[in-house]
Amino acid sequence: MQGVSSYSGIVDGAFWYILGISAVLLVGITIVMIWFAFRYSVKRNPNPAQIHGSVALETLWTVIPTLLVLSMFWYGWTGFKRMRDVPQEAMLVKVTARMWSWSFEYPDGRRSQELVVPVGRPVRLELLSKDVLHSFFVPAFRLKEDAVPGRTNHAWFQADKAGSYDLLCAEYCGDQHSKMLGTVRVLPDADYATWQANPPAMVTGPELLAAKGCTTCHSQDGSRMVGPSFKGLMGRKEMVVQTDGESEVTVDEAYLRRSILEPKAQVVKGFDPVMPEQRDLLSDEELDEIIKVLQGL
Amino acid sequence: MTDKASGATPPRGFYGPEGGGGGLLSWVFSTDHKRVGLLYLYSLLSFFAIGAILGLTMRAELLMPGQQLVSPRVYNSLFTLHGVIMIFLFIVPGIPAIMGNFMLPLQIGAEDVAFPRLNLASWWVYMVGAFLAVTSLFSGGGAPDTGWTFYAPYSIRTNSNVSLAVLAAFILGFSSVLTGINFITTIHRMRAKGMGFFRMPLFVWSLYATSWIQVIATPVVGITLVLVVLERLLGIGFFDPAAGGDPILYQHLFWIYSHPAVYIMILPAMGVISEILPTFSRRTIFGYKAIAMSSMAIAGVGYLVWGHHMFTTGMSDTSRVVFSLMTFLVAIPTGIKIFNWVATLYRGSISLESPMLYAMAFIFLFSIGGLTGLVNGALSTDIHVHDTYFVVGHFHYVMFGGTGIALFAALHYWLPKISGRMVNEKKAKRAFWLVVIGFNLLYFPMLVLGIMGMPRRYHDYLPIFQTPHVISTIGSWVIATGLVLMFWNLWSSARRGALAGNNPWGGTTLEWQTTSPPPTLNFDAPVTVTAGPYERGEGRTA
Repeated sequence: MQGVSSYSGIVDGAFWYILGISAVLLVGITIVMIWFAFRYSVKRNPNPAQIHGSVALETLWTVIPTLLVLSMFWYGWTGFKRMRDVPQEAMLVKVTARMWSWSFEYPDGRRSQELVVPVGRPVRLELLSKDVLHSFFVPAFRLKEDAVPGRTNHAWFQADKAGSYDLLCAEYCGDQHSKMLGTVRVLPDADYATWQANPPAMVTGPELLAAKGCTTCHSQDGSRMVGPSFKGLMGRKEMVVQTDGESEVTVDEAYLRRSILEPKAQVVKGFDPVMPEQRDLLSDEELDEIIKVLQGL
Repeated sequence: MTDKASGATPPRGFYGPEGGGGGLLSWVFSTDHKRVGLLYLYSLLSFFAIGAILGLTMRAELLMPGQQLVSPRVYNSLFTLHGVIMIFLFIVPGIPAIMGNFMLPLQIGAEDVAFPRLNLASWWVYMVGAFLAVTSLFSGGGAPDTGWTFYAPYSIRTNSNVSLAVLAAFILGFSSVLTGINFITTIHRMRAKGMGFFRMPLFVWSLYATSWIQVIATPVVGITLVLVVLERLLGIGFFDPAAGGDPILYQHLFWIYSHPAVYIMILPAMGVISEILPTFSRRTIFGYKAIAMSSMAIAGVGYLVWGHHMFTTGMSDTSRVVFSLMTFLVAIPTGIKIFNWVATLYRGSISLESPMLYAMAFIFLFSIGGLTGLVNGALSTDIHVHDTYFVVGHFHYVMFGGTGIALFAALHYWLPKISGRMVNEKKAKRAFWLVVIGFNLLYFPMLVLGIMGMPRRYHDYLPIFQTPHVISTIGSWVIATGLVLMFWNLWSSARRGALAGNNPWGGTTLEWQTTSPPPTLNFDAPVTVTAGPYERGEGRTA
């Protein structure tokens, strides 16, 4: 896959360097081994020579591999330095990972579900996790860094070609790990300026549930997924588990609001307490809209 | 070599009444190292079969994007169990437990290991751990779904039955430590007269290096797993940041053991190869001391490289650089071994029976495994392939292409000594080619997938990744066929193969000087050693 970040060239160079030397060594070892097995077969060479070793050869095949691996280390380190030295002018984007979606916050306070950046400009990422380990992986950028709860990791990239690139979660994070996908949209400067100047109208209706990642875990047709189904939610009676035991609740607007903002306060019995708090992830308007949609399902 | 036995039977040796006879109790309470070795053989191979079936199920699920056979939750449990069973129940005990137990005392001319009852106890501890591991699948909140690494904080939070699985791994660690102590003592105290350290067979050297890692590194993972259980049951915040813990700390503690553990898995395999090559080349090994000392070097440097499992965790950049450098250094002694092995073929007198074919396949497959490790060791390239299928492919080339294939080599090599009968060569070679071709079909596409950017532990994947996945799944069917044929051939050869005699391969190490199968106390008379292990025709005396 073609690399499109400012440092993908030096990373790919290290790949070719290491894989090239490895291929030569592998083919060499294999050919010599097979040639010896043929040339010195019991038929062709009935009288084996008892050779105990050779200090010269041992030295040779200690020193040369040492030099080779040190050069590989050096090449890998050089690329790594490029990946870690964040340019001062880089634009900051906060990345929040949670089970099982990504969200992004820009310097002007704007939030989005896909990462939108201008082409050819460095972007510094601050990686946070709301729950368990995740890992921000964009193969086309040769970039990967874990999002670890309780700490802020950083990474940076500069995409040199406009386009849409896959973002994948690379650290196992539970049931829907393989669905924790996203997109990085790299826009030409003019398009980026337009995007910046025009915050999109809020997504409304059932699409908002998908955009916010709700439907990864909650079905709308009554089937059981990671969380309870949205179907016929309002007025349903549920047994819930809370810190001081179990109780029965009737689902109403207040319960929904609390379950979205503090999902672990009352967890429907039979389900794992895995939903991350949405407090910082939804605007008030979005929360109102979601509750309106849920009431209609 | 034909499987039509002449009607004669081999001596009964330790299988006979003197060794305890044939009843089940005479086996599960036997302190004879050979019987304990066979107990491990059957236990480990049973778990290998279970692990392989789990793996085949995963490969079937991955044939196409979307859901084929199992839900994401079940898939996550499949790869967790595949990993836990293959690592903790099969490949860590692996060659030392099976072949080390059987061959170590024979190779050093001893009657048994230093602590025979402790040896039997180790097997029982293993079985208790294995029983708990299996129980964890069917009890509590369901089979564990954390991956074999039990990474926090997911492992703290999931409702699946992690506590019991972790307890099982903890108990299995004791079995490993006890076997290590036993082997170290045996090697120091029980060698035959005249066998100095540099007259020990290289398999014994590899067991010696392995045992030290088992004794020193295993307690660290034991403690770590106890901390996980305490955190889950009592809510003490070691690892979960929600309770004030640090998930990175868990990873450090886990890999301080689990990286040296890969040398526990591979060093004995290297020892097996160092036995087979001189025997089938009919000459002494090339660079005996270099091979012996490189085992010790790997065991030493191997402690200092664990951080390469954490290059993307946010660990400090300086630590990443230091761990990358150390990782490259550990590659050097491994390279030395490979060069010496190939040089051992030079001007030998080589015949290609099944053990030798497996040994050569080991060199090829393990070289791929080792060389792909260089990509993981270099910082910039590892960032791209970290947690992708590249790592899965690399790991299986090293562990299955290395340790697994070496175990198959050892089974073919020592079956005549263990059973007194020869392997059917024609069937063995047929199975061999299916195994090797299937292996590469199964795992090579994973290396490609990783470089393309396919993350591991994915129940579903993007359509661009499909072609390599299809090839890989087809490969899994080929190798499965080969493995069934191979084990069937080993089983039927052990029962009906041609008689082997004491030394069918012309081996020079001590196990070939006694009868096949050996008597209960191994040698009829005390053994004296007068030359190195692979010397030929220099008046070696028994």
